[in-house]
Amino acid sequence: MSENSLETMILADSVTKTFGQGDSLVRALDDVSVAIRKNEFFTLLGPSGCGKTTLLRLIAGFELPSKGTILLDGQEIGHLPPYKRPVNTVFQNYALFPHMSVARNIGFGLEMQGRPKAEVDGAIDEMLALVQMEHLAGRRTDQLSGGQQQRVALARALAPHPKVLLLDEPLSALDLKLRKEMQIELKRLQSETGITFVFVTHDQEEALTMSDRIAVMAAGQILQVGPPREIYTQPARRFVADFIGDINILEADLAASGKEVTLQGGLKMPAQLPEGLALSGRVSVAIRPEDMSFDPKGAMRGTVSNVVYFGVGSNVHVALPSGEDVTVRCAGVAPEKGAEVRIKLPAALQVLAD
Amino acid sequence: MVALPEPQSQPKRGAEANAANLAVARKAIEGGARRRRWQLLSPSMIVIGVFGLFPLTITLIYSFLSPGNFGGVTWEFTTDAYVQFLFERDIFDDTLSFSTTYLSIYGRSIGLAFGATVGALLIGFPMAYFIASKPPEQRNLWLFLITLPFWTNLLIRTYAILLIIRDEGIINVSLQGMGLIDAPLGMLYTDGAVFLGLIYSYLPFMVLPLYASLEKLDFKLVEAAYDLYATRFQVLRHIIVPMAKPGIVAGCILVFIPGLGAYITPELLGGGKELMIGNLIALQFGGSRNWPFGSAAALILMVVVMLSLIVYVRYAGKERAHG
Repeated sequence: MSENSLETMILADSVTKTFGQGDSLVRALDDVSVAIRKNEFFTLLGPSGCGKTTLLRLIAGFELPSKGTILLDGQEIGHLPPYKRPVNTVFQNYALFPHMSVARNIGFGLEMQGRPKAEVDGAIDEMLALVQMEHLAGRRTDQLSGGQQQRVALARALAPHPKVLLLDEPLSALDLKLRKEMQIELKRLQSETGITFVFVTHDQEEALTMSDRIAVMAAGQILQVGPPREIYTQPARRFVADFIGDINILEADLAASGKEVTLQGGLKMPAQLPEGLALSGRVSVAIRPEDMSFDPKGAMRGTVSNVVYFGVGSNVHVALPSGEDVTVRCAGVAPEKGAEVRIKLPAALQVLAD
Repeated sequence: MVALPEPQSQPKRGAEANAANLAVARKAIEGGARRRRWQLLSPSMIVIGVFGLFPLTITLIYSFLSPGNFGGVTWEFTTDAYVQFLFERDIFDDTLSFSTTYLSIYGRSIGLAFGATVGALLIGFPMAYFIASKPPEQRNLWLFLITLPFWTNLLIRTYAILLIIRDEGIINVSLQGMGLIDAPLGMLYTDGAVFLGLIYSYLPFMVLPLYASLEKLDFKLVEAAYDLYATRFQVLRHIIVPMAKPGIVAGCILVFIPGLGAYITPELLGGGKELMIGNLIALQFGGSRNWPFGSAAALILMVVVMLSLIVYVRYAGKERAHG
């Protein structure tokens, strides 16, 4: 990332988008505010229907906001048509023009902007090289494989050098191996071009792998924004904790100081609160299975209720005296079913805001 | 039943023999398939032969015979019919002079049919796009409305237009009632009336194939083009029209050809003052009692249509190869 990496590229301010009217009114986005930085790989992550694609379409200009403003590099763009926004989109099913060659697809944006032919041809060659498709310039797009179409779609959207590239689940149609390759490829393209990428996906692993920052969305709202590690290790909300990876959620009481939680069995542990929140009383804490281990000196007691082996390790389900269950990831030899175990907890427990 | 042909020679030995036997068997199966295909095709071949090729042959033969006094033909070979098409024979000294009488009828007909095709395309394209952009459950209703006029006879529909645009018709009466004009606009019995009638009669033939290809248009492509800085007009020109091309070609052919040979529309709305090809041909088999010339005129029309189709398809095909 360059030195201006903390400058804002896209600022969505209290954006609401509703569809339909009366009883069938749907709030696809409910008062969403988010700042996306320059040169950042920003991911909108959430289950289908959470509003992530709607937010992307609002930035692209395919939908207009019902309320709120969208700024792009300081300019209000919320009500401009798509062809007046310096933003390009890679569509889920690529939407390549079937009546044009690969090269003409890539040159389309520049051609529509009325750039001179020499410049268009130069950009086509440059983009073909960037996505390693030089040998297929003259092909028709329906003669390409899924991965090749993906590359053409990327080249087409990058050719006009947009300020922001929007990607709407572009990898979902590819098989697993190709998807992994394209994840690395996308990351490379982003750092080579220096263009801000806004990536939409429902695949948490994809989001964690590629993003500089992730916004986790549900029910038309952004629940948490942060770097992948922060989202993973310090989930602020129950939904975020649950949606990304496996997690144990336990009931606890938070001391008025906010520094200590008491688990149901009476065990006291240091607490780690979500940023900017003051909580107390009955709360939930989240613990990743891999952050716990079996240790004779561990503070938590329980009985092994089930062991699930999955190759590189096992998930050991432990019943706690409080009646709750936790899952502990165990890399070595797992304790047997029915064994009394002691569990070592992480240094501090993540408290959830809900 | 189809009998398999006997193998040409005694079965050979080894792999070579196997290959040879296989080839013989394959040939037998292919032969059988070919024969079955012809059997299945024969009903349609008979229909085409009896109702297509046979009458066409009669027309061709008649066009080279002499007219009978009371219609029909007398069996004397002559090319008079074709000569008459281009030249006028002087009544007194039998000399031939070049005449554009009939050429101009063809020219007018082609002009009117072409104009009606362009008009129908300009009106039909937005209609078809409108229907294709409606939710699927509403589209059938709109298509039903488009095809509704077909439930009435063409003659009746043409009379309806006649009643609307005639001097005492609703347009002239209401314009006069509002005091906008003093005397009726002479709309009936003009080229404009024929043009209007042709567009009205053949518009559904344009809308339906256009709809069929626009309906398949992936709206994501339109979005992608907008996203890539194409304005509304550029999207229409670079995405929607090329994608709808098969529909445009089909619609234009379906309007141009019947428009070129139209009979009822120019007869009623043109008042028979200025002939179109259809009226000319009808006249030769009726009042003029010149069957050979009518046959020749019909064949010339057919050649014109076929030539323009060939040119059109060539052009359309070339475009696709460039794309």
